[in-house]
Amino acid sequence: MADALILARALADPQSLALDTDWTGLITTARAEQLLGTLAYRLDGLPLPEDVALLLADARAAAENGRRAALWEAEMARRALAPLGCTVVLLKGAAFVAAGLLAGRGRSIGDLDILVPRADLDRVEAALLAAGWEWVKPDPYDDAYYRRWMHELPPLIHRDRDRMIDVHHTILPLTARITPDAGALLAAAEPLGNGLAVLSPDDMLVHAAAHLFADGDLAGGLRNLWDIHCLIDDHGSAGLAARAAHHGLSKEMARALRLTHRLFATPVDPAYREVRPGDALYLRRLLARDDWGRPIRPATRLAFYVRSHWLRMPPAMLARHLWAKWRR
Amino acid sequence: MRHVFSVRIGPIGFRVGSDWRAPIDALGELYRYYPSPNLPDFTVRLEATHWWRRWLRPSIRIAGDYTLPEAAPLPLAQGLLAAEMAMNLQLALGGRRFLLLHASCVERDGRALLMTGESGAGKSTLATMLAARGWRFMSDEFALIEPETGLVHPFPRLISLKNAAIAAAIAARPDAKLGPLLAGTPKGDIRHMVPDALAVGAMDEPALPALLLYPRYGFATEVRGVLPSESFVRLTQASTNYVALGETGFGALTRLVRETPAHAVDYPDGAAAIEQVEALWRTL
Repeated sequence: MADALILARALADPQSLALDTDWTGLITTARAEQLLGTLAYRLDGLPLPEDVALLLADARAAAENGRRAALWEAEMARRALAPLGCTVVLLKGAAFVAAGLLAGRGRSIGDLDILVPRADLDRVEAALLAAGWEWVKPDPYDDAYYRRWMHELPPLIHRDRDRMIDVHHTILPLTARITPDAGALLAAAEPLGNGLAVLSPDDMLVHAAAHLFADGDLAGGLRNLWDIHCLIDDHGSAGLAARAAHHGLSKEMARALRLTHRLFATPVDPAYREVRPGDALYLRRLLARDDWGRPIRPATRLAFYVRSHWLRMPPAMLARHLWAKWRR
Repeated sequence: MRHVFSVRIGPIGFRVGSDWRAPIDALGELYRYYPSPNLPDFTVRLEATHWWRRWLRPSIRIAGDYTLPEAAPLPLAQGLLAAEMAMNLQLALGGRRFLLLHASCVERDGRALLMTGESGAGKSTLATMLAARGWRFMSDEFALIEPETGLVHPFPRLISLKNAAIAAAIAARPDAKLGPLLAGTPKGDIRHMVPDALAVGAMDEPALPALLLYPRYGFATEVRGVLPSESFVRLTQASTNYVALGETGFGALTRLVRETPAHAVDYPDGAAAIEQVEALWRTL
């Protein structure tokens, strides 16, 4: 069955694309996985059919506009939060483009994600509300749930620019079984020189692995795994194992390294070059997209969806949560 | 997917996949004289909302590269409408090569007339009536403005006629090829009209915008000049990708409103509108 392997191969080794490539299928898959801009940069400069080159040039222009908008949104948050004097760390896409990393090249960037010290959370929230951000979900149960159990504030959206901000105080929900060291993330963060900071390279990798394998159902997972490939390309993985262990995320980091090596031939430590039992299921899920952009493998998808809830909270709490959600 | 149709409409190529044969057959029939794209820009999927809804009370979910989460499913009898809506949606949300204005467009002597307004203002009907009088039909839905040149590119998809406009357009072009009457759609009665041979044959020929009109149907005849500043504001709202294009969109739009005279035109009926449009055209 056709799956997203064609996309993974094209990203990993653009030169390997044959002239008779199913370009329509490749482009559709890339769009569905939010990797078209990334693919467009990877194939830039290669001899391509004229129509493909034109379409990818559009995708690069769109990604460049997206990059500019993401940096502007980060600057808006910086201006709103500057008077507080607290550390503001950019996460994910905005961090990659602000730091000029490979992972930012062509990346689609949606919400602005920032990390602030938990002690400053109330002040940050007040400052953002004063600067024009508003609640997206005024539902009392959701609001209370976020505040008590999540690693971030309920999402805020800016009333003029229509852009969302996720304010994190750590990188995994408080209900998860793993508790990363949020203080260490902030302490090791690297200032960008403009009042904002990004995580240290190792912490970026640990965060990406946590996001991919310890939280959520792997939706958009291929893009997240590509981030990991690029981060390793930029910084290597020398001190990574120790840092992952410090955050309690060794298993997730190891799986990320094995899978990125397997899919993208990322140069990782020899210890991570053999796939383990269980990895195959993750690969099945990561590549579950066909050449029409349709999600495929519903059973695998469902299994990972169930798993995401299992990871997120203990069974009794999950039951209470589902009950509360179902009653409304 | 099981049934597939590809078409190029002006500079934009589409690939439409469907769980059913009927919508694909309808598209094939109405787009018979259109070319196929080398590479589709967008993919559209007409999918059963649940697997059993392929056979049992068939229900179409509009999907593709870009989707709106709140889009309501349509019955199979309205498959053609679903396909047309889906194709429009892809361009509206995903188009980045052109500044997209929600406008109809006709051409004469290499110069283009753009008409924009709310749904029901008469964009499609006026474009069809003008085409019947010798203008070249370019589009009834989107004007595609090329940022580098300022040229407007044709997008002569099927003309989507709604309610009273159906009879008016058929009166103007009695020999036109028509799709089936789709009664009781979310937008009322809809019927698709195939653009004439000139429109299809010249779909690769852009034109320079020469006149911008804001028609309003159902009012006493009145023509009022519109300043570039007002045009700018109106057209930012009539554009589906102005914000996404960033500086490029701003450049294209400011150039358009500076270089193109604009008028708001109120009209009580089609004949009056044609007279006003042709009178304004003569002043250029």
